[in-house]
Amino acid sequence: MLHLITSSIGFYFVLSAFLIGALGSLILSKNDKYANIWSNFFSILGSSTGLIFAISVMITGKTFSFKFNSLYQHLLSFAFNIDMLSAFFIGIISLIAIFCSFFALGYVKHFYKNYNIGALGFFYNILIGSLILVVTSSNAIWFLVAWEMMSISSYFLVVYDRKDESNVKAGLLYLIMTYVGTAFILFAFLLIYKYTNSFDFSIIKSNINLIPLVTKNFIFIFFIVGFGVKAGIIPFHIWLPLAHPAAPSHVSALMSGVMIKTGIYMFIRIFMDILQPIPVWWGITIIIIGSISSLLGVLYALTEHDIKKLLAYHSIENIGIILLGLGSSMIFNSLGMISLSLLSLMASLFHTLNHAVFKSLLFLSAGSVINEVHTRNMEEYGGIIKYMPQTALFFLIGSMAISALPPFNGFFSEWLTFQSLFQGITQLHSSLSWIFIIAVGSLAFTGGLALTCFVKAFGSIFLAKPRSQEVKSAKESSLSMRIGMGFLALFSILLGLFSGYTTILLEKVGRGLSVFNETFSSISISGNQLFKLNNGFSSIGASSVFIFIILGILFIIFIFKYLVNRDQKIKTGKTWSCGTELTPRMEITSTGFARSIILIFKGILKPSLQSDIEYHDFQSRYLPKSITITFKVNNVYSNYFYKPIQEIFNGLSMKVKKIQSGNINLYISYIFIILIILLYIIL
Amino acid sequence: MSNIFLKILKNKNNLIKINSKDIEKEEIISIGKKIKDNIDYLFNGSLAIRQIDAGSDNACEQELVALTNNFYDIERFGIHFVASPRHADMLLITGPLTRNMVKAVKDAYDATPEPKIVVTVGDDALDGGIFKGSYAILDKISDLIPVDYHIPGNPPSPKTILLHILKIFEVNKLK
Amino acid sequence: MNIIILILQFIFVPIISPFFIGLIKKIKAKLQNRQGASVFQIYKDLWKLLHKDEIISNDASWIFKIAPFIVFGVTFVVGANIPLFSSNLPIYLSGDILLIIYLLSVGTFFLALSGIDTGSSFGGFGSSREMTVSAIAEGGLLFSLLTISIIYGTTNLFDISSGNIFASNHFILSIILAFIGFFIVLLAETGRFPYDNPDTHLELTMIHESMILEYSGKRLALMEWASANKYVIFTSLGANIFLPYGISYNTGILSIILGILFLILKISFFSFIIGVIESRIAKFRFFRLPDLLLVSFILSIIAIGLIN
Repeated sequence: MLHLITSSIGFYFVLSAFLIGALGSLILSKNDKYANIWSNFFSILGSSTGLIFAISVMITGKTFSFKFNSLYQHLLSFAFNIDMLSAFFIGIISLIAIFCSFFALGYVKHFYKNYNIGALGFFYNILIGSLILVVTSSNAIWFLVAWEMMSISSYFLVVYDRKDESNVKAGLLYLIMTYVGTAFILFAFLLIYKYTNSFDFSIIKSNINLIPLVTKNFIFIFFIVGFGVKAGIIPFHIWLPLAHPAAPSHVSALMSGVMIKTGIYMFIRIFMDILQPIPVWWGITIIIIGSISSLLGVLYALTEHDIKKLLAYHSIENIGIILLGLGSSMIFNSLGMISLSLLSLMASLFHTLNHAVFKSLLFLSAGSVINEVHTRNMEEYGGIIKYMPQTALFFLIGSMAISALPPFNGFFSEWLTFQSLFQGITQLHSSLSWIFIIAVGSLAFTGGLALTCFVKAFGSIFLAKPRSQEVKSAKESSLSMRIGMGFLALFSILLGLFSGYTTILLEKVGRGLSVFNETFSSISISGNQLFKLNNGFSSIGASSVFIFIILGILFIIFIFKYLVNRDQKIKTGKTWSCGTELTPRMEITSTGFARSIILIFKGILKPSLQSDIEYHDFQSRYLPKSITITFKVNNVYSNYFYKPIQEIFNGLSMKVKKIQSGNINLYISYIFIILIILLYIIL
Repeated sequence: MSNIFLKILKNKNNLIKINSKDIEKEEIISIGKKIKDNIDYLFNGSLAIRQIDAGSDNACEQELVALTNNFYDIERFGIHFVASPRHADMLLITGPLTRNMVKAVKDAYDATPEPKIVVTVGDDALDGGIFKGSYAILDKISDLIPVDYHIPGNPPSPKTILLHILKIFEVNKLK
Repeated sequence: MNIIILILQFIFVPIISPFFIGLIKKIKAKLQNRQGASVFQIYKDLWKLLHKDEIISNDASWIFKIAPFIVFGVTFVVGANIPLFSSNLPIYLSGDILLIIYLLSVGTFFLALSGIDTGSSFGGFGSSREMTVSAIAEGGLLFSLLTISIIYGTTNLFDISSGNIFASNHFILSIILAFIGFFIVLLAETGRFPYDNPDTHLELTMIHESMILEYSGKRLALMEWASANKYVIFTSLGANIFLPYGISYNTGILSIILGILFLILKISFFSFIIGVIESRIAKFRFFRLPDLLLVSFILSIIAIGLIN
């Protein structure tokens, strides 16, 4: 049985499930209910088998590759290579897709009658399928085909709610940015082809010495831009906070949790596998990008009051944290400290997994709140914990996990990332160790700011009094939605509790890359989930942390609730408000909560404050009728990065326009001149 | 021994002055000691007071603030003022109860957890004092919330307040 | 013997913490030429609060009800897992600096949420300020502890506190700089001047007090006690990591008693300094606080730079 699963047959089965799901829901699109159930049933089926497939490949270590040759053999072959890294990413994709599909069963209901459910199911299944193709394909052209399938299907999902004008705009921006990225990727692959004469990853890898270093550096930059756009690194992130919120919530969860990770996958695949060996400055670049993305990502998240945009900015932040791990891995790798390099790679893979789990959990619970309250604006929420207690609990778990609070999973991957950076500080020479010091500094600030941001998010969504009438009619979301969220919440606890086993598995994944085949491990993990760095620098025990915290808090509750003053009476009363009538308008808003931090970082965020006062009587300015205060953060990137680029292109186009005078004689002379030049070249 | 005689001899100005302040200080300390004994007995050694201004002319507030200064220093007897009625054991209400403060006083009373003592300070708080009968005030605070004790005076001096608090405790101790 | 030491380690922080808060108050009172409350006044306050009834707001959710237990529980767990009087314990959680920092963040997280929960405008602003200060303090805290970790080659606090003191003499400048950085963060995290005024009744200046304004009775006692615990945790970290003198290296009775005495002496010294600072300077304007915290961050970074 296991033999059958870990072969190409298992892989076909997974892909065909998504294909059947896609086509079937398109056929059934007349009936909303059937289309929804059909598409989600097959996506659950496909992703569960995908998960089993990935786990059995990872555990047995039986990797395999196969390909079908096409007409133009040396250009395009449908080559698949399922090694440990691919299996790991298939595992992540499938894990998240299962629960997103469960969630979709209940969530999609509110689209019935107004939208085409069949199309949603079609693109949703195609997206998951193409994600799996992206992480398994082993031929550049075939990879680009899968990459485009992924981009286009996600584009249609972003503009699915097309009645909202802003969604269509967001989709357009996403499409443009994606194609800019693809252009860079294509260019990089063409450069590689020029020297190695092949698009096949394995052949490129064996002929990598043919590429001169300068070209390799250019290839690196092109890949950074190309895949960085998809991963959402700053400053190529501008599409992400617009496109992710626009999609239906289960798709946002999939995009934010998984799709942007394909960029990370390709970073690892290309820099740690194919383009080996690599110069040191590549790793330094990645670490700097990671520091900037994580710090700025969380700062921008603090300025948001749109819940899904806030979560999208946190994706940028977490991509930054993943890149910190990856970058230190690359630096260690090029310095020949292979076992530390493996440690850092494990940290970044672990964070990739954890981020996928808690970010999709957060998106799903945000989705179920939006589904009830019908707005994404956090200022109109408040007090939802009383109407949707379970969703609130799931969001709380997600918030604690993403803020890296122990004992949840985020803490352990961030701990590993910190450790790999600490090793960089202690083991490297002064100039390089400063890079790591900067990285630790940005990671520390990121952690503190992320905590602040999620206090803000949880506080203004779920706590205090309802700020709008819609909240009061909110009901707990349906069972299938709660299953989707509940299992992801459970996973973020389990991945924390069993972080030792997970790390062992990740080490196996890392060793799947040929650089790490024969590496000494720099971390040892014992049966009770105790991590210990082999040079004795740090150690931490996951299960003891868990038990200590739980027992400590239960002990306190026991003593102070049941031993000390048992017959205490508890009354409920009004909130004390100095005798004024407390209204929801007096509560702190999410903008107000973050205001002091925004003002502290005003050098980076460039906030602007506008106030308009309208008076009852124009002559005497004593009685204001209404005061409007607009507090917003300027978009630095479009002002200082994209606008200048646009202006340059506009200017060039204007210059080119001059040769088009509309005079037919002139055009004929152009043709004549070109003809002569061509003849001259050919003859 | 001889030193002391020497000093007395050398010092020409051998009149020792005792002013009224010193006497008062001794009085306060002796009252305070008794208060402290009572607080230890009745409140486990800690009494938290929330002061509510129900529309006072600030005379009583001045006297209450004086309780925390260097001279009276009621902290040493285990009494402290707190920021919220939720933290309080004793409410000290000053001033005539103005209509605007009715809701606030009621809220503060409701917000104070049991066991609690409500004490009005000053003649205004008892029956409106010189503002009695004004349209702007409700004459009696005890009509709004149950008042346990009253400290008379307009305004009462800090020593009077302390002495009354002591009496309140002694009455309670006997019960 | 081991069991006794272990129990002592667990209850030491909660038992001793109210004393030091009382001590600071006493020192401040003396500097103001007052007699002030007894050093044991805080114990009496807590005991009274534990035996009072409670009033909980209608708008509060279960977060508000459970937060005091979590906030106190976290300080209890952290207090049991940092070096106090002995660096040689039979069993402990891990003593890893990152774990300690992030566990304390759990407490801050729930404290801030409980401030927002009742919908009171004080609580919300208190939470906002607390999170702002603690977010910016995190860099300085991590780096000051990291400096010492790098000098001793371990992030385990117990190993650091039992490390060779004389080996660190080469890095005395780094240690001093890191200590200044740590002390600035200590003032911020424990809500002392110039960050927060622990005695204030004025809503405008409150950070910690305004978040617990809605609590009463038992839960208020837990919150107050937890903040006292946090003070002892930070001062004993300062005492044992930066001045590791007098800590007991073995489990002999005499050395344990000496260790306890030394720790109390060192924390009293810290309290004296804090008391003097609180009497000498005024609270800073809120937007000047980040500058001070950044100073702590930069000092610690320089300290690390000096090691390499």
